[in-house]
Amino acid sequence: MIGQRIPKLDAPDKATGRTVYGHDVRLPGMLHGRIKYSKHAHARVVRVDVSRALKLPGVKTIVTADDNPPTMFGYGKDNTPLKGQVVRSLRDEVAAVAAVDADTAEEALSLIEVEYEPLTAVFTPEEALKEGAPLIHAEHGSNYFTRYRYSHGTLEAGERESDVTVEADFELPYVAHAAMETSVVVAAFDHRGHLTLYSTTQIPFLLQRDLSEALGMEGSEIRIIQTAIGGAFGRGLDIYPFEPIAALLARKAGKPVRISFSRYEEFLAAPVRQPAKVHVRAGATREGMITFRDAYALLDIGAYVSWGSVTPLVMMETTASLYRIPHSRFAADCVYTNNPITGAVRGYGNPQSTFFVETMMDRLAVALDMDPVDFRVRNANRPNEETPQGLIITSCGLKECLEAVAARADTARQKDEGKTMKDRPHPSSFIPHPSKKRGIGFAATLNVGGGARIYRSDGCGATVKVDDFGHVSLVTGSTEIGQGSETVLAQIVAEVLGVNVEDVNVLNSDTDVKPWDVGVHASRTTFIAGNAAHIAALDARRQLFETAAEMLKTTPDDLIAKDGHVVAKVSGKSAELGKVARARHYREGGQVILGEGWYDPPTKLVDKDTYKGNISATYGFGAQMAEVEVDTDTGKVRVLRLVCANDVGRAINPMAVEGQIEGGAQMGLGYALTEEVIVEKGRVMNPDFLDYRLFTTADMPEIETVIIETDDPQGPFGAKGVGEMGGTPTAAAIANAIHDAVGVWMTTVPMTPERVLKALMEKENL
Amino acid sequence: MPKFHLSLTVNGEARELLIDPRRTLLDVLRDELDLRGAHRGCDSGDCGACTVLLDGKPITSCMILAADCDGSTVTTVEGITPAGGLHPVQKALVEKGGIQCGFCTPGMVMAAIGLLNENPNPTEHDVREGLAGNLCRCTGYKKIVEAVLSVEESKA
Repeated sequence: MIGQRIPKLDAPDKATGRTVYGHDVRLPGMLHGRIKYSKHAHARVVRVDVSRALKLPGVKTIVTADDNPPTMFGYGKDNTPLKGQVVRSLRDEVAAVAAVDADTAEEALSLIEVEYEPLTAVFTPEEALKEGAPLIHAEHGSNYFTRYRYSHGTLEAGERESDVTVEADFELPYVAHAAMETSVVVAAFDHRGHLTLYSTTQIPFLLQRDLSEALGMEGSEIRIIQTAIGGAFGRGLDIYPFEPIAALLARKAGKPVRISFSRYEEFLAAPVRQPAKVHVRAGATREGMITFRDAYALLDIGAYVSWGSVTPLVMMETTASLYRIPHSRFAADCVYTNNPITGAVRGYGNPQSTFFVETMMDRLAVALDMDPVDFRVRNANRPNEETPQGLIITSCGLKECLEAVAARADTARQKDEGKTMKDRPHPSSFIPHPSKKRGIGFAATLNVGGGARIYRSDGCGATVKVDDFGHVSLVTGSTEIGQGSETVLAQIVAEVLGVNVEDVNVLNSDTDVKPWDVGVHASRTTFIAGNAAHIAALDARRQLFETAAEMLKTTPDDLIAKDGHVVAKVSGKSAELGKVARARHYREGGQVILGEGWYDPPTKLVDKDTYKGNISATYGFGAQMAEVEVDTDTGKVRVLRLVCANDVGRAINPMAVEGQIEGGAQMGLGYALTEEVIVEKGRVMNPDFLDYRLFTTADMPEIETVIIETDDPQGPFGAKGVGEMGGTPTAAAIANAIHDAVGVWMTTVPMTPERVLKALMEKENL
Repeated sequence: MPKFHLSLTVNGEARELLIDPRRTLLDVLRDELDLRGAHRGCDSGDCGACTVLLDGKPITSCMILAADCDGSTVTTVEGITPAGGLHPVQKALVEKGGIQCGFCTPGMVMAAIGLLNENPNPTEHDVREGLAGNLCRCTGYKKIVEAVLSVEESKA
């Protein structure tokens, strides 16, 4: 089972349209909810008049801030479902309607009258921090939300030891998850007043708690049922106001209510990756050893706090621990503005930090006149070492990843008889244009691969049941968001119990049924939920062996599980799993076969003052090589080829691993070249796929994935996480390739033709 | 608003419906005919998740009024799925790993079938161009393209 390219177990239903997504949920009497958003980025709400809207036939109920419970919710406890006193961004919810159909609800929104008294708004962290700037949250006393200050070693010593130093400023944009399914929720109350929420959340158990705050209910009165999830990528890692709003509407109307976002609304109101301005310095010795790395990031977290404000923890990790860094400092300030709310997006700070860290690595290599891969390998993290930040690296294939992508780049070069990429003729049939220059670039990445302790528990529970027919059910706390966890967990259980993967049913969508899990984030599911499922399966197997030993007149240690049977090694006698299960429970004092597992990795929360500590049980590594062609007339960058190597510990399902890397690369390519949510004065200017460009089949370069296996000592069957690494180094590899091609250093993404052309023109003028 | 009398052949079955004339084909498929395989990803023809065949040609069903399809033949993902089995395109997508969250998949299946109907022996370039109107955020498309090409190969 382990190491097999097993197709996703849920794929046939998805291919045939049978799968029920959030948008497909229909409950009897269900109403359609729509939200009225603010007209101003910052204003006092003087009056909300819903009387005309209420008279519209088909309107069942309307909620406003008057319907909010007195509690605040969210990571910063700064949010309410609806806003009554002040609106702080254009995505602020001032009222919501439930009606018999979506058109009626939409029409009712236009009949709600809201009177505002505009307030001065601030749209950059710099403005927000100016003396006398309006306070976004007066009760907070400042527009600073958090500051991070990390260091190890001493920068002065690092600078003294340096023969070369480099310095640059980076500017990083808003990015959207752009999951194909927009945000959706269905809320329904039962006769006890208990809430069932059909949701595409990634954190069902934390959402219970968050909703209890947002609704003034007990967590035990809230049940979350996760529908099939049409992509999430971090969007579902927090509570967002539309969820409690749906519940408030449902409670008031006495009927189930669905709120499903339009794509426009998704761009407007779903969280985005927070923009950052970063100043970075780094140094190295003549021998090519890194001496120091220093970064300061100013982050715009928007009008309310969500997980965007915690991404500096990850940026810090890349800055301080990707490669051996003797001296490092990282500081970040997270600032409130009247801009869109920022949340977790796949990679969680790492695409940003890998972009600046890895392009700075190339600047150092150029300053040293050293091969960029040799320079990286020289400084690479090694197995079984602790970084000064306190990350305990066990398995580590960084060097192997770098060498793997470099070898494939070399092949490309050698094909043209030793010519460099730049000198190679255009491979296609048309005549090479002198304006088209080619280059290759490399970048590496470090990512948590064994969970990430950002809550007190990083655990996951699981049970494994074997029924009378030898059929196996795994109930896991984890969540399938398309990444393939259902299949990978089934493989793990099937391997332990000696059954076919199709004989394992995975149940993972109901908080009333499944044991606790912190959520699907930080590339943690294979590692954490995999270990929990492994433990539960071993427990179930122990029970099977106990009974089978009696049946086969032998001892448990003589038994193996194979082909749906328990087999005695010595005698060769066997009993079918269902028969063993029946024998165990159809007897006096009978028991069911029910294995239990709980796994919480041996990691620590980072120290709250020093930010040091081993946050993950293991770390994943990767490297990418990009071949690009830059048109110096237009600034257009075309990626011709991307090679991605990742140390995944062990690939339980290589096809699923490749899928994570290739899909991550699609996001990384978009981050590098096309994707930016353009926000002007708090307003999203490109809220559709025509103006927010995802890579399509026609845009994608040739992608080659290389799986490096290092057999992690703590991972289930040696596996570690890979979910986020596919896209983290892509932008840096492309930026480095652009420099190789045309000699300009890009410091912002996406590297659009305009920006590349501007950089080229600036270079010409020098 | 007066209702529109719509006659459609959907997945081989003649349907007569009284609809609100403002409804798109996607609205009617999902809400009136209970065919939820076509997904609403953008409602503006950009993502392709709602792709169905209209008189054999792939279209984004969110971009056409149902009333404009009067008298036409519509084929959805439910219509091409054999009882108890998979269409070769579906089978290839499943086996090659071309499906993750799956939200784009039914649209991708219909776009691929439309492409193969038109061009039974597409090159990789043809497939990449032919599916460029169908966005996928999970897979990076590589396995989708491989899957569609493998259908062509297995036929040959």
